[in-house]
Amino acid sequence: MHTERIKPIVMPKWGLSMSEGKITGWLKQPGSTVNVGDDLLEVETDKITNVVEAGDAGTLRRVLAEPGNVYPVKSLIAVLADPDVPDAEVDAFVAGFAVPKGDDEEGGEESSPQYLFADTPAGTLRYAKRGDGNRTVLLVHGFGGDLDNWLFNIDALAEKATVYALDLPGHGQSTKAIADPSLAGLSAALRGFMDTVGIGSAHLVGHSMGGAVSMQTALDAPDRVDSLALIASAGLGREINHAYIQGFVAATGRRDLKPVLEQLFADTGLVSRQLVEDLLKYKRLDGVDGALRALSGALFTNGEQARVLAADVAGTGKPTLVVWGQEDRIIPAAHATALGSGSRTEVIPNAGHMVQMEAAGTVNALLKEHIGK
Amino acid sequence: MARKISMKQAINEALDLEMTRDPTVIVMGEDIVGGTGSPGEDDAWGGVLGVTKGLHAKHGDRLMDTPLSESAYIGAAIGAATCGLRPVAELMFIDFMGVCFDQIFNQAAKFRYMFGGKAETPVVIRAMVGAGFRAAAQHSQMLTPIFTHIPGVKVVCPSNAYDAKGLLIQSIRDNDPVIFCEHKNLYGLECDVPAESYAIPFGEANVLRDGDDVTIVSYGLTVHRAMEAAEALAKEKVEAEVIDLRTLSPIDWDTVIDSVERTGRLVVVDEAHPRCSIASDVAAFVGQNAFGALKAGVQMVTAPHVPVPFSPVLEDLYIPNAAAIADAARRTLAPTGTSPRSIAA
Repeated sequence: MHTERIKPIVMPKWGLSMSEGKITGWLKQPGSTVNVGDDLLEVETDKITNVVEAGDAGTLRRVLAEPGNVYPVKSLIAVLADPDVPDAEVDAFVAGFAVPKGDDEEGGEESSPQYLFADTPAGTLRYAKRGDGNRTVLLVHGFGGDLDNWLFNIDALAEKATVYALDLPGHGQSTKAIADPSLAGLSAALRGFMDTVGIGSAHLVGHSMGGAVSMQTALDAPDRVDSLALIASAGLGREINHAYIQGFVAATGRRDLKPVLEQLFADTGLVSRQLVEDLLKYKRLDGVDGALRALSGALFTNGEQARVLAADVAGTGKPTLVVWGQEDRIIPAAHATALGSGSRTEVIPNAGHMVQMEAAGTVNALLKEHIGK
Repeated sequence: MARKISMKQAINEALDLEMTRDPTVIVMGEDIVGGTGSPGEDDAWGGVLGVTKGLHAKHGDRLMDTPLSESAYIGAAIGAATCGLRPVAELMFIDFMGVCFDQIFNQAAKFRYMFGGKAETPVVIRAMVGAGFRAAAQHSQMLTPIFTHIPGVKVVCPSNAYDAKGLLIQSIRDNDPVIFCEHKNLYGLECDVPAESYAIPFGEANVLRDGDDVTIVSYGLTVHRAMEAAEALAKEKVEAEVIDLRTLSPIDWDTVIDSVERTGRLVVVDEAHPRCSIASDVAAFVGQNAFGALKAGVQMVTAPHVPVPFSPVLEDLYIPNAAAIADAARRTLAPTGTSPRSIAA
């Protein structure tokens, strides 16, 4: 069978807890030509609704999943093939398709937990590990975020690399104690995590504050950093939307928090009730308020970023990719050029500060190319 | 990290965490230890349904069994609160609260006001509420409205394990008297609950489901019936927004009003009797403050104005169910002038 000419489209797995998704609508009709990166369909989970982009090119030969219905992750929802592949072969492919076993299914869910915990010098840190490729990638979220900020990225990157994502101290389900809330302190915690789980060096992918932590790590321990990918990163200029930082720290209820979170996205409709509720659950935990206040006091003093690392990082010669959403309302997209011509810079239209979620397909392609070099 | 535990375990965990954090937290009540003073029986009970089981072994004399005299030990808990402790008193069934109304209504609720704001009474009184337990008229009431009526007392009634833990921790840290109402038929219900400590602020309702067609407001057990009704309505292309009040005093009027201004229709579900209830309170507030937004009369779905029956068949009919809630929502959607009168009152 010419399976290389027939490509399955399966229900994506966004984040470690997703087990099924609901098709809200197809954006391509059977028979249409599909290019890599085209919007194929919209999928809704209990956390978020997002567009699935094509990872392969071809003609959309079969659409098997109907809008309004729910399908398990990795199940076949459509088939792409070249126009000259006979219908019988496509049908045989559909009939013979078996849902591939992922590493999380093998041996049952009990033996392979979705989240792991590491006892590091900075305290217990939660992390996720996906894939087993030769290259090692470490995803570092931003202020107030957690490893689920990478839910549209981690599995895509894990196709060809070993990918780790952690919750920094004060965040997610990691310890809420932060010994040193400076960039140097967070970088030390990051290196302590790398020591504990046995990462010698990694391609660091940092979002927002996590980008500044990654840059600090490249300066303090250059041998631990293979490359830098900086997404809407802090540390490249002084300006930051301080009203956002203050609003995020101060919000205690859904009604305060929602308008604050809407500033993170170009499409404010992505701020679902569940997204707000999940963040409130985090913010209510003992110790989080103190941790966020300590970090914002140390990193975003007097309404601007305390440290600009651009010149120092440009001097390290590390391969660097800078990605920004053009409509970023937290850190201006103008900072994307701060590293000069030594780094690759991509500014993505119609995306805000959470560009790795809003334009996941594009960002994943950029990251794969950057890491694969 | 989060794991699935029952509401009973969540309450136990909240008490354990707060007793560990704050040495002034004490727990008292009838048989909350069980057999104290009788060797071999220690910690055998942990309360009539085992909610406090295991805490005595860990925290020792900071848990105490009391005589079967609610007036005495609720008074003692309130007195201890005014003297610097943070007592959590378990009053078993809220139905027994009548013998300590003076202690609660006339003493604890008044101290802050009568002593120029200088007196604080950080006491929590935990009690089981609600019907469906085959425990008849004197052990099944939903007396939340009685306490909500009194200024100076805060009233909490969680619908799930996550909320129960966070609201009980907030209740213990709060500097005012809190009546913490635990629906006995929710004790076994499990959901994801973080192992860490966290506090849910009072006066913050939870929106469990988004919808633009009708708002359903409830609290406690009937929140789950409201969700069932919303699923049934969704099959008819009616999208209901479901609001869980979580705390009745203070109450989150803003969330209710915001929702009604969008949907124009309101159903209030309350397991209490219909007169002077949470249902009538919410209906009246919306009638006064969002009348212009209403497209139909507010519907109340409540228990009837009779004691909880002992007959299992009648008891099941007594508790507001999903079918009644869905019918009430349909009445708000019927063309004006055709809606039959509510049979609830």
